[in-house]
Amino acid sequence: MNSSVTILSQWQFAVTSVYHFFFVPLTLGLSVLVAIMETIYVRTGSERYKRMTKFWGKLFVINFAMGVVTGIVPEFQFGMNWSEYSRYVGDIFGAPLAIEALLAFFIESTFLGVWIFGWDRLSKPLHAAAIWLVAIASNLSAFWILVANSFMQSPVGYAEEGGRLVMQQFSALLTNPYVWGQFPHTVFSGFTTAAFFVMGISTYHLLRRKQEDVFKPSFQLATVFGSLSILMVILIGHNQAQQMVRLQPMKIAAAEALLNTEDPASFSVFSVVDQQTMSEQVSLRIPRVLSLLAYNRLDGEVKGMLDLQKEYEEKYGPGNYIPPIGVSYWSFRIMVGSGFLMLAFAAYALYRVLRNQLSAETRWLGLFLPAMALPYLANIFGWLLTEMGRQPWVVYGKLRTADAVSPNLTTGMVITTLLGFTIVYGLLMVADVYLLRKYAVAGAEAELPKPRTIEEQTYWE
Amino acid sequence: MDLNTLWFILIAVLFVGYFVLEGFDLGVGMLLPFLGKNDTQRRMILNTIGPHWDGNEVWLITAGGAMFAAFPNWYATLFSGFYMALFLMLIGLIVRGVALEFRSKDENPLWRKFWDWAACVGSFIPSLLWGVAFANFIRGVPIDAQKYYVGGFWDLINVYSILGGLVTLFGFLLQGAFFLSLKTDEPIASQARRSASRIWVGTTVALVAATIATYLFTDILERLGVNPGPVPIGAVLALLAAGWFIRQGRDGWAFASNTLAIILSTATIFLVLYPRVLVSSLSPNFSLTIYNSASGPNTLQTMTIVALIFVPLVLLYQGWSYWVFRKRVSANPKDLHY
Repeated sequence: MNSSVTILSQWQFAVTSVYHFFFVPLTLGLSVLVAIMETIYVRTGSERYKRMTKFWGKLFVINFAMGVVTGIVPEFQFGMNWSEYSRYVGDIFGAPLAIEALLAFFIESTFLGVWIFGWDRLSKPLHAAAIWLVAIASNLSAFWILVANSFMQSPVGYAEEGGRLVMQQFSALLTNPYVWGQFPHTVFSGFTTAAFFVMGISTYHLLRRKQEDVFKPSFQLATVFGSLSILMVILIGHNQAQQMVRLQPMKIAAAEALLNTEDPASFSVFSVVDQQTMSEQVSLRIPRVLSLLAYNRLDGEVKGMLDLQKEYEEKYGPGNYIPPIGVSYWSFRIMVGSGFLMLAFAAYALYRVLRNQLSAETRWLGLFLPAMALPYLANIFGWLLTEMGRQPWVVYGKLRTADAVSPNLTTGMVITTLLGFTIVYGLLMVADVYLLRKYAVAGAEAELPKPRTIEEQTYWE
Repeated sequence: MDLNTLWFILIAVLFVGYFVLEGFDLGVGMLLPFLGKNDTQRRMILNTIGPHWDGNEVWLITAGGAMFAAFPNWYATLFSGFYMALFLMLIGLIVRGVALEFRSKDENPLWRKFWDWAACVGSFIPSLLWGVAFANFIRGVPIDAQKYYVGGFWDLINVYSILGGLVTLFGFLLQGAFFLSLKTDEPIASQARRSASRIWVGTTVALVAATIATYLFTDILERLGVNPGPVPIGAVLALLAAGWFIRQGRDGWAFASNTLAIILSTATIFLVLYPRVLVSSLSPNFSLTIYNSASGPNTLQTMTIVALIFVPLVLLYQGWSYWVFRKRVSANPKDLHY
């Protein structure tokens, strides 16, 4: 099989999925926040909560549109670029994808349409119910797609028949221990993303002392929501790492740049490994800490890459079973580092909010603007670790990425589509950021018709 | 009836739903710059499909997911084989979706003009390509004994498939024009009726030409799956009725007739294919069928239970959303607040 087609297809999958996942986490969390805001409005009748709902709702809709259109690509791409993968696991993998569309996407899209256009047509409680349905369905869709992804990470409930995998028990997919780490971790990351988004944009207005009646409660709500969420993300993440030691030892070994098996195992502070020669260039490690993280005690074996390589050669035959070490190692650190930074930010915000000290004078408030980038960093590098750390497998221990690609594609075809997606996505990102910025900065003013310019007049009439 | 057949029918139903529903919003997208004479009119036109287009598109996503789940080999061969065509379709769907959502969010006339045309072109590409794809299903495509597509992009482009493309292009334009005549106030409604009368001529010519070409360029009649009997005749009659109704100013009946025409034409294609899903032009033995491309019984059973519960629910609440927005869109700012 053509190796450049494989590499280009991997790039295309990475570009289109990372881009898609730029929008998804915010959707997961902001839908819930907007639903909470509208519920408060419905229950209290407070006008400022209506303005709040409309302001954040507008940003939600702009972001959602990008999430939807970029979400069609993954649905098609498995067949387009990874036909052999689709044949091999379609029996199992297709089911959660179809269920995701049937159970989640239909609810999400239908009720969002009703919500956007239905302000004057539905009773207030029914209108609020529509955004709750959007929020529930968005998070439900995350469950189904992660059921599918978890099967690739840790296959369960299957049998091998005629050179492909066949579903034995559907329930095994749903009770896959892997998904019960991955799903809450992803959802709470989404909640955290939205919380930092709301805190950041509220900060912008609080610093200018504009519309504090809207942005102060927004910041407060996001602080409570975000503190709980980031705490959950970290606690669940810790469990996932322990699970990874058992289920995907090679991934944790690469993420820790651990060459040889150790007991007790050391935690890397700063390591550089040359992947060609598999030798350590720089190594600064703290003894016993990796064992502590892996088993909650001061000893315990963590396998190293070289030993795992030998083990896998015996089990799966000759081949290179070591994932890209640098990417795994640094992705892990950027994700965890951003996570703890967010915890610090959230704790500080909570401290100020609980003491009711939130104003333009609040110390370090300005830092919440750049902090909006932290969840995005963590989301993207988290997925890079998850997917790159699994290489060379596309289905762990079952199918290699190189054997999954469509055999009929040529290098020219994939270069064309990779460039096409990248250019179109790049241009759309410009438009998206322009709109988000414009509406974020404009604030939650009462909507007033603007006077038109002469040029616009002629266009309008 | 076995589960394989049930899933074949279900996927046919999903495509029917997709063509009927997205058919009109693609049509409205294409007509937007031509029927909307000023900004207010363009806003009215867009607001007819605003609450619905995304929900309509989910029919396609579900159809794709259902093919993957029930017939993985069909999904794998079709999507990898039609690679470049699907890429173009994806770009069209992406650009148009963004255009529909972003267009009204900035007042700059250039911004709006740009997205209006993006919506138009982005709707045009899939409208044409669906017909090209389905014509190739009937005509057959080069598939070898290992179920691999062995052709290229240009194997999909021929006189017959282009005629098929024109059928869906005109059919969706017509569905869009009928929808606008039904869902807008004057003056757009009358405009849409006039356009529909003209588009109807094109649709009829394209459908007749494609039918004749089916005799000339394909051998489907010698290898019919299920004899569709009166179904294609019903499709033609429904199209003729739609033309008559719109000239009488009966918008609802015209839309319903054209919807019936789309249902019956799509049904015809799935009937003549059954039990095949992709016909091989190399050898009849190489064709993909609902048996040699299917998932195992466990998957089909699970998916059947899920589908039987949730498809009716989808129909129910999506139908309700059309009920909520049943009124014609007027130029009243209240209708255009979004």
